[in-house]
Amino acid sequence: MQLGHKKLVRRNWVLFIILFIGALSMLFPFVWMTLSAFKTKADVYSYPPQWLPSVWTWQNFKDVFDMIPFVRYYANSIYTSIMQTALVMVISILAAYALTKLRFPGQRIYSAFMLSSMFVPAVVTMIPLYLVVSSMGLNDTYAGIILPQINTAFTTLLLSSFFAAVPNDLIDAARLDGCGHMRVLTKMVMPNSKGAISTATLFTFLGAWKSYTWPLIITTKTEYRTLPIGLKYLVTESSSEYQMMMAASLMAILPVLIVFIFAEKQLVRSITLTGMKS
Amino acid sequence: MESNAAARAQKPPKLHKVRKIRMFGSVYNLSEVGVGTLLLIPSAAFLIFIFVVPVIQVIQLSFTNYNTITGAMRGVGFANYVYLLTGDTSEYFYQALGHTVVYAAVRLAFDITIALLIAVMLDSNVPLKKFLRASYFAPVVVPIVASSLIWIWFYDVNIGPFNQILNWLGLPSCKWLLSEKTSLMSIILFSIWKGLGYNVLLFLAGLQNISDSYIEAGRIDGASGWQLFWKIKLPLLRPIMSFVIMMDLIGAFKVFTEVNVMTPDGGPLRSTMLLVNYIYELAFTNGRMGRASACALILFVIIFICTMIQRKIGASKTVDYD
Repeated sequence: MQLGHKKLVRRNWVLFIILFIGALSMLFPFVWMTLSAFKTKADVYSYPPQWLPSVWTWQNFKDVFDMIPFVRYYANSIYTSIMQTALVMVISILAAYALTKLRFPGQRIYSAFMLSSMFVPAVVTMIPLYLVVSSMGLNDTYAGIILPQINTAFTTLLLSSFFAAVPNDLIDAARLDGCGHMRVLTKMVMPNSKGAISTATLFTFLGAWKSYTWPLIITTKTEYRTLPIGLKYLVTESSSEYQMMMAASLMAILPVLIVFIFAEKQLVRSITLTGMKS
Repeated sequence: MESNAAARAQKPPKLHKVRKIRMFGSVYNLSEVGVGTLLLIPSAAFLIFIFVVPVIQVIQLSFTNYNTITGAMRGVGFANYVYLLTGDTSEYFYQALGHTVVYAAVRLAFDITIALLIAVMLDSNVPLKKFLRASYFAPVVVPIVASSLIWIWFYDVNIGPFNQILNWLGLPSCKWLLSEKTSLMSIILFSIWKGLGYNVLLFLAGLQNISDSYIEAGRIDGASGWQLFWKIKLPLLRPIMSFVIMMDLIGAFKVFTEVNVMTPDGGPLRSTMLLVNYIYELAFTNGRMGRASACALILFVIIFICTMIQRKIGASKTVDYD
């Protein structure tokens, strides 16, 4: 037994080295991006390739701001992502409460219908949605970017499974004491599902932040481009000035990176949750 | 609490004269029916707006020749489907389908095996486990466009790190995204890097969910580590495995962003034109909304069939040791 234990520990170091090399290669693109964002053009084109910038420069960031309306893209992304997240969360919370804590006909059918909507890929609904939204004159507007992306099925079903776990006796007691539904929801159900709500919020925000296809088709003017769209066009607009592309990418990734560092645990949990639930 | 309850019991229930309503054979509380319906209105409105109406319309559109450039709009029956599958440009469709199948198969094979391998290794007692897990997961959360930009540079024929490494090793340069022979594989390599961590997480959660008692029982019976994996852990992972395969397959059929960013025109000789990119081209470059809708529905049917087959297989082989 003792021998087996020792063997196990030694083998783990071998695994660690393999995993560590793997992890480094996963992170390598980000390290490369970060270092290159501070390189001069000469460093980028030097052969053999240089790891570290010979001179650290902020010039690339300035160039990005000079060449494209980067601040505008950034603001657009922040605005649309926040609006989208807020709308999705409010609608999902209300719906999840109605579906789990109230009794009325059609609840099961509605949930099942929502679930089935998740099996239809966005590319199927994209074309008619585009035609409808542009016939409403919402091309190149924030509403046109935000509203068609209010997809609440996943968050509603996720929150439903957590809301359902809040004991009904507790709610009935509060109701008898004269608590309205809004109070029950905000003072009892929501605090009891804090983890699930913050996870869903995070998930929705990150999804909105990286959203690509819809903003790409619905925006034609530069003023309404979100970050991913701005970055896409930067490839051609900067004619492959890699140091600039890296500086722009770095700035686009930064918020995600901050969220990731502080909320990695929650993100991981939300993903494993969806896997386990199915 | 108890005294409260007692007090309430004594009081006549004057506040709560609950009105009941009978619907579809059961009795409901009228106010709950009202409030519930009210709370569902926003949710239902968006569901109708972004799902129900578009799904009906995409079917209708697929039977028209609607063209946003010429403005043509009349019913053409199954002509779009016939054209896509047997018309002059049907080779484009089959090409896109073929590329998508290759993309999905290669990506799935690597995603599953590498992710499972990493998850099994992470499941043992390695140091810095959290850091390692986060490293594999990082590419998943980063916006695809931003990481695509990095990889465009990696794949640069002249100053890309990949070719520089190849040259340093004395090997000839590769043309990566610029050759029809390697462009699809380059995209697949990126997609594997990007999506691997997601599958690692799911497998890892599945492995950690396996009760130690099964492993112990296997050990006592003298099973080797290899046998423990193949005979106990892997069968128990089947539900997770089938979920991962399904998600990965659906994801592969829906892939668009990285392809559109790295090879905006479908790559050299349309070599990276996948189904969604083809739909995008039909609809937004050529303005052929009818044809694009038909193509989108064909894609949906393919995804649907995959899901069904996979569900059948996944459901029939679930192992239960209890």
